[in-house]
Amino acid sequence: MQAYIDQLIRDGYFAGMPKEVVYAVAMVLAAFIVLSVFVAPLAGVTSWLERRVWARMQSRVGPNRVGPQGILQWLADGIKNLLKEDLIPSAADAKLFSLAPYVVFVGFLCAFVVIPFGSQLIVADLNIGILYILAVTSLVVVGILMAGWSSNNKWSLLGGMRSAAQIVSYEIPAGLSILTIVFLAGTMSMQGIIKAQGWAPWDWFLFNNPFTFAAFFLYFTAALAEGNRTPFDIPEAESELVAGYVTEYSGMRFLFFFFAEWGNLYVIGAVATTLFLGGWQVPPVTSDPILLGVLQFVVFFLKAYLWVFIAMWVRATLPRVRVDQLMALCWKYMVPLSFLCLLGTICWMLVFPKGNQIFSVAMFVLGLLIVAYFFKRVVFQIRHARPELYFKPHI
Amino acid sequence: MNETAPVQSQGFYAEEMTISVGPQHPSTHGVLRFVVKTDGEVINEAIPDVGYLHRSIEKIGEKVTWHGYVPYTDRADYLAAMFANQVFCMAAEKLAGTEVTRRGEFCRVIACELNRIASHLISVGTFGQDIGAMTPFVHALRERETINNLMEEICGARLTYNYIRIGGVGYDILPETCTRITEFLDHFEPIVDEFNRLLSNNKIFIERLAGVAVISKEDAFSYNLVGPNLRGCGIKWDIRRDIPYSVYPELEFEVPVGTGQVGTLGDSYDRYWVRIRELQESCKILRQCLKMFPKGPAIAKVPRKFKPPVGECYARVEAPRGDMGFYVVSDGSEYPYRVRIRTGSFTAMSIIDKLSKGIMVADLIALIGSLDVDAPEIDR
Repeated sequence: MQAYIDQLIRDGYFAGMPKEVVYAVAMVLAAFIVLSVFVAPLAGVTSWLERRVWARMQSRVGPNRVGPQGILQWLADGIKNLLKEDLIPSAADAKLFSLAPYVVFVGFLCAFVVIPFGSQLIVADLNIGILYILAVTSLVVVGILMAGWSSNNKWSLLGGMRSAAQIVSYEIPAGLSILTIVFLAGTMSMQGIIKAQGWAPWDWFLFNNPFTFAAFFLYFTAALAEGNRTPFDIPEAESELVAGYVTEYSGMRFLFFFFAEWGNLYVIGAVATTLFLGGWQVPPVTSDPILLGVLQFVVFFLKAYLWVFIAMWVRATLPRVRVDQLMALCWKYMVPLSFLCLLGTICWMLVFPKGNQIFSVAMFVLGLLIVAYFFKRVVFQIRHARPELYFKPHI
Repeated sequence: MNETAPVQSQGFYAEEMTISVGPQHPSTHGVLRFVVKTDGEVINEAIPDVGYLHRSIEKIGEKVTWHGYVPYTDRADYLAAMFANQVFCMAAEKLAGTEVTRRGEFCRVIACELNRIASHLISVGTFGQDIGAMTPFVHALRERETINNLMEEICGARLTYNYIRIGGVGYDILPETCTRITEFLDHFEPIVDEFNRLLSNNKIFIERLAGVAVISKEDAFSYNLVGPNLRGCGIKWDIRRDIPYSVYPELEFEVPVGTGQVGTLGDSYDRYWVRIRELQESCKILRQCLKMFPKGPAIAKVPRKFKPPVGECYARVEAPRGDMGFYVVSDGSEYPYRVRIRTGSFTAMSIIDKLSKGIMVADLIALIGSLDVDAPEIDR
């Protein structure tokens, strides 16, 4: 992207303009395009898909009225919420209350700056990419805390406090498991990390050694907790805290929180894909740059969206943990384990400086076996679910 | 657990926060209210506030005829309307010396056990939702919907049945309905196993409930807990077995009690698990009833102007929320002189204050769910 703008400047398209202004305008434009073309529909469709997937798992139908299979439901919801009254409670701290949703929103949106969509498609390939993502997603906790405090509601306050404790704690295991990959790749740039991997599964960092394999699951769990997703959704725990920090919000401001949550799901999936699953790497099947770009985008998107789907699945299956259990899980199990993963990876790199191909293939086969066993269980459950019921409500 | 050391003694000063849980709160199962005093997340005190759903059902009893009061009893506990019907009719029959026909008794037991399954499904489903699992709730309600369909076939209503009348039941259960009930049981028994795989055996679910809000046997007696809450403490007490009524002595069934299998005896999980076991036991009872179903009239001849002799009596049944009793006094007229209802939820509500000291807000929700308190039954 930057190289492309440099090329344009050299070709004399923006003669007479300071270089910084061109860069600034280009960044705003790129952010606008990413936001309107990719992020907004993505978060919207994710919201629809989540309700739909959830409904099918609960033997319901789900939203199916607006558009084919209800796929435009998110547009209808958005319009409805835009038209609603923007209610600010009289006891609330009006300024912080109005600002909070945007802080949350900005926190998650900034992450899209460094998320790659293909080998060429990235807004800015910062050399500190992954550190940048950790930094900006931490902004979310500020917004949530602001919302919880300024609502002047005790449920909101409890939700905000829970959220602050939770997100700050879970950043440690998430950061440590990311660090294992940074060591392996030797770079923090998102594209650099992807380029250090190959298209074949045994070239992915996931199967590099047993410690990265464990680090992946640590990262995914910690990221779910950071994204306030079930089973770690205690900040907005519906049955306990009414709606947690969003209790007093309505209309579009309310929607912004959930927009961020659904968009954040994709960020979790995209970071996991970049770090562990080989990113956009595709086998060398074509040399046509456009076709290659499309292929890379599709591969990356599918890998990332798989984890979005798994997050939905987890949400439909698991109950919620209690706040002290959540902290115990983080500090007693996940932090020591992620330290172990870090040390293990360092030792592995000392023993096998060039990696161990045979071991990676063995890890891959092991991973396949785990997935196969999992699917056997799923088939068992489906076979015993007596689906004839869904078609015959009168028995 | 029970004592919360004042925070000041540690050199801090922390202000107590008063939160009003309810009357509009997602997990208070109706309009309940608790005034909760917390130190952060830890509860110091949770005072139940009852009276939001008072409908003067007892007073109405003095103003309507004996027959006319049966539909009102439905509303005492709308999740288990059949039991209030039955216990009021039992009281009236005991006063007047009316004999219920044998087929009528079986119809009553079939309808009641179906209703018990429906009520327990609501209980365990909403309990799962209180803990944060949304899917089991919808699955439980899906099964309950089938029971509602069956109830509609039996008596024409889906929630407030008005099915059991003085002397028997309003409508006979047809052979086709019996077949459908058997089909439902064949379908439902594996569903209980599926429900266990989905929720009861879930590690997070067990961790949330094991050892939480433990009720000792002594407390259970002194707070007069009844039903699954009492049996969860390991006490084998079931009105159907210990003070037999209707045709229950002829039926074989077990009385499940808590064993403390995952934590302490009498914890929230034990109370939940007793309900799951009772679902299976009710299925067993239903199968036996359908097998033994005798022929004959479903209702005995009862005069339209029902005037029991002067006297008083107390009848009790084992409702899903425990011992439900009606105390009725007759002055020989067409109207009851006094009706008093005793329900399980009201006494269960009183122990919440004692148990909630020192537990967390999330545990309070689990506690309310595990006691299965039901707002209409508390206030009547």
